[in-house]
Amino acid sequence: MSKILFSSITKKFVMALAGLFLLTFLPVHLFINLMLLKSESEPFNTAAHFMATFPLIKIMEIVLFGAIIIHISWGIFLQIQNWFARPVGYVSRNKSEVSFFSKFMIWTGAIILTFLIIHWFNFYFVKIGLVKGNPEDFYGMAHSLFKIPVYNIIYLTCFALLGFHLFHAFYSAFQTLGLNHRIWSPVIKIVALVYAILIPAGFAIIPITLWFFR
Amino acid sequence: MKLTLKIWRQKNAGTKGSFKTYQMDDVSPKMAFLEMLDALNKKLVEEGSDPVAFDHDCREGICGSCGMYINGHPHGPVPAITTCHLSMRYFKDGETVWIEPWRAKPFPVIKDLIVDRSAFDKIQIAGGFISVNTGAAPEANSILVQKRNSDEAFDSAICVGCGACVAACKNASAMLFVSAKISQFALLPQGRIEAKQRVRAMVDKMDELGFGNCSNTGACEAECPKEIKLTNIARLNREFYKAF
Amino acid sequence: MGKLNSKIPDGPLSMKWTNYKNSVKLVNPANKKKLEIIVIGTGLSGAGAASALGELGYIVKTFCYQDSPRRAHSVAAQGGINAAKNYQSDGDSTYRLFYDMIKGGDFRAREANVYRAAEVSNQVIDHYTALGVPFARDYGGTLDTRSFGGVQVSRTFYSKGQTGQQCLLGVYSSLNRQIKKGNVTMYPRREMLDLVLIDGKARGIIARNLVTGEIERHGAHAVVLATGGYGTIYFLSTLAVNSNASAAWKAHKKGAFFANPSFVQIHPTSVPQLNEFQSKLTLMSESLRNDGRIWVPKQKGDKRPGNDIPEEERDYYLERRYPAFGNLVPRDVASRAAKERCDAGYGVGETGLAVNLDFRDAIKKQGKKAIENKYGNLFEMYKTITGIDSYEEPMRIYPAGHYTMGGLWVDYELMTTIPGLYAIGEANFSDHGANRLGASSLMQASGDGYFILPNTINNYLADEIRVPKISTDKPEFEETEKAVIERLNKFLSINGKQTASSFHKRLGKIMWDYCGMVRNEEGLKRALVLINELKDEFWKDLKVTGAVSEINQELEKAGRVADYFELAELLVNDALNRKESCGAHFREEYQTPDGEALRNDEEFAYVAAWEYAGEGKPQILHKEELKFEEVEMKVRSYK
Repeated sequence: MSKILFSSITKKFVMALAGLFLLTFLPVHLFINLMLLKSESEPFNTAAHFMATFPLIKIMEIVLFGAIIIHISWGIFLQIQNWFARPVGYVSRNKSEVSFFSKFMIWTGAIILTFLIIHWFNFYFVKIGLVKGNPEDFYGMAHSLFKIPVYNIIYLTCFALLGFHLFHAFYSAFQTLGLNHRIWSPVIKIVALVYAILIPAGFAIIPITLWFFR
Repeated sequence: MKLTLKIWRQKNAGTKGSFKTYQMDDVSPKMAFLEMLDALNKKLVEEGSDPVAFDHDCREGICGSCGMYINGHPHGPVPAITTCHLSMRYFKDGETVWIEPWRAKPFPVIKDLIVDRSAFDKIQIAGGFISVNTGAAPEANSILVQKRNSDEAFDSAICVGCGACVAACKNASAMLFVSAKISQFALLPQGRIEAKQRVRAMVDKMDELGFGNCSNTGACEAECPKEIKLTNIARLNREFYKAF
Repeated sequence: MGKLNSKIPDGPLSMKWTNYKNSVKLVNPANKKKLEIIVIGTGLSGAGAASALGELGYIVKTFCYQDSPRRAHSVAAQGGINAAKNYQSDGDSTYRLFYDMIKGGDFRAREANVYRAAEVSNQVIDHYTALGVPFARDYGGTLDTRSFGGVQVSRTFYSKGQTGQQCLLGVYSSLNRQIKKGNVTMYPRREMLDLVLIDGKARGIIARNLVTGEIERHGAHAVVLATGGYGTIYFLSTLAVNSNASAAWKAHKKGAFFANPSFVQIHPTSVPQLNEFQSKLTLMSESLRNDGRIWVPKQKGDKRPGNDIPEEERDYYLERRYPAFGNLVPRDVASRAAKERCDAGYGVGETGLAVNLDFRDAIKKQGKKAIENKYGNLFEMYKTITGIDSYEEPMRIYPAGHYTMGGLWVDYELMTTIPGLYAIGEANFSDHGANRLGASSLMQASGDGYFILPNTINNYLADEIRVPKISTDKPEFEETEKAVIERLNKFLSINGKQTASSFHKRLGKIMWDYCGMVRNEEGLKRALVLINELKDEFWKDLKVTGAVSEINQELEKAGRVADYFELAELLVNDALNRKESCGAHFREEYQTPDGEALRNDEEFAYVAAWEYAGEGKPQILHKEELKFEEVEMKVRSYK
């Protein structure tokens, strides 16, 4: 049994499940973030407060962190194995016809992780008291961050890369779970595309609006 | 036409290799790629130098012996063919052609463009069979198979075991190869009986041999000379989960 | 003549195999574990035999020159595999399959062997199906068959145009199972360079590890050659370019008689030669002739593109000469007719060595879709190779060397004239007579390997159970190995100017020109002179680079070509000896006034088995008279 648990396919299965779970978290986060566009701070802060205190959400938070850790650590582990699988590379660049970003998941993933860490420093660590700040006024903190152009550029770039990551991830997770179907797989690809555009675009609207239109 | 060839030369598994440049002055567009290499080798032998070693046999795209990484593509730039079927009409006069061996840890270079693909045999030995002794088979028509399944099994079974999928994959994964065999048997009632043992044994062996992991990039499918589909990999995954 | 004992069992034809199996000696399981068997070659017959023998409990050692057993040239067979299942209820039976084979072989095969091949054909299909070979099926889930090779029943099982591949992968899987169980040890990338005899019995081989160059000794209680045919003697053929006769030839020089070497099948529909460096002629399945019409221009040297030649200026020569069978005449007839037209100056294409195979009318009648469904993959393959789209313009085809009916002489037990040495599959001569019918090679190879040899070999091994493991330290191994190494060094020491391939190509041309589809005494005698001249040149001017102790593909080729010179001579002598036309062997002197083959049953109803008499000495002919108890020898007519 231990062999089957640590098989390459099992690892990928776990990674795909974790990834899919993370996919469900993004729309929730986006929904709350969009309240940043309101001129008063109350709805956003209430939502943030709710997310920080509601027991079920607290449990989900643990699951979420679990998923992030598994997704990232298995991702890195599998990638290292992959590098070991080709100790001597080719001189001519591979020209196989594949979607460009599927080749760079580890890199888009790494950049997203970097952003995540910045994000934690800015908010999450404030909430749990590791970093100084006012956990009751995330609205104000967000607004002041979006006033920094460099932050906005980093933010937008990261979300663009998130989009590329999501597009391959969405389809890929289904394939890894063994869900490949003559009719449904093309549909999944379209949904993946829509999802991979809408979610990052939704997040991007906030700094763009605040930066250029306020 | 004139071509500049950059070919990986390596004396044996134990020595370091490097690229050597060869000028070919009269390549006919009617030649096949391997015939162009034959012509080069003829010249090299007549000069007394060591000819380029490469695997090849049937030269009609079915034995799976030949395979080289040509200008960034396993089996060259034309889809759905093996190197032996690659015609020189697809190359331009004056072009530089890079020819490399398959690169993967489980496929060590033996000499020049020849790699050791016995890892594929080892995977098949682990479980790529149906356990039936000679003479023990039931009447052929007592096993009924839906035509659709049988056709699909055939589409998976036409894998020639050349290794292009591993060569193309950025992770040097053998999932397409393994999934083709798993699919063939998974789709046939004869193969269902030992399906669980088979998939576990073959995947274990694949992992053990040091192939990379599948990241669903699809380069294998794009380069497979027999157009084996990614749906096979999904089926392999399903079969694997069923074996838990 | 006394030397040949074909050991045909008594009884009526249909009971011979049953009677044989009932009375043959057996080896008990405990003794099987002590007996070693070497199998050379991993095609349908070799890998089939190795796995069946492994299942029985013998210690089996299998060798192939490729990097994997899955690459043996059985893989390339396209059309299908025959069996007398009579699933179509179209009147087929074991007898009819047997009769078609014996008639197709122009009554030059051994009746009892052919009947047995037909008899085990059904078991072969059962076994492959159980192994998971995806044969074509009907919507009800039963196996589908098609009519193939001009027979009147539908008995050919198939997997699209890749039946050989699918069967081979089936055999490979059963071989793998035995490897996993430890019953079979696989030695890939090994070439057998000689046979070792101890006290006149086959006891082992000398092989070269093609990766390290190491010369290895392997001992066994029996040796099985499943090394395929020698069609590459023509250089350009439909065979894999590394296919060779060396193992069989070495066995011949050690005492195994070689039978009917001149019976070589030329396949009518291969892609013509496109350039001078070409190494291989790709076969286009014979099934194309079901719908394609073969023609040449009526006017000599007409170089217009096929589509520009109007109907009335086309000569559909097969339909003209053979109105009953038309484009579906057997392979040898179609091949010769194509050669005849091209030699007369009517050939098409740059070289004039091609005829048109035109689908225009079929597409007009059935629609492009229907043709695509039937031959889509073949049309694609043709386009890949030539760049020509056969939906728009005629395909060009020409005959090519394909299958060798001749091979090592074997008795009913498939044993050669060397005790303990067996030859199975294409490597032996036994079942196809002077011409092989389509889809019967897979059938025969599989039958030999899986169902016949594993029964007959017991009869020999039963008397060997007291023989201990064969030690490879014996002087016989020592001597043979020494000779092998000497010969390899000889190739390297010549240090001339020409490559082995260039000699091979020239030898092939001589064979094709004088001993191909059409032969005559004058040409054959000329060929003997040319072969010997070229052979002398070879031993003086060969260039092999590198060393023995490394991967050396030039050295491999040199050995194979050197053997081909000797086999070529025998082949020509056999063709000279056979003063009749039969099957694939067509002697111009022996034909009817309207150009058809003229058989001579009075004088030539025998198997010509040749005994090697030593370097430079003429080989000794032994005749195995063919007695036909069940069938009457008839003239083949396809008019």
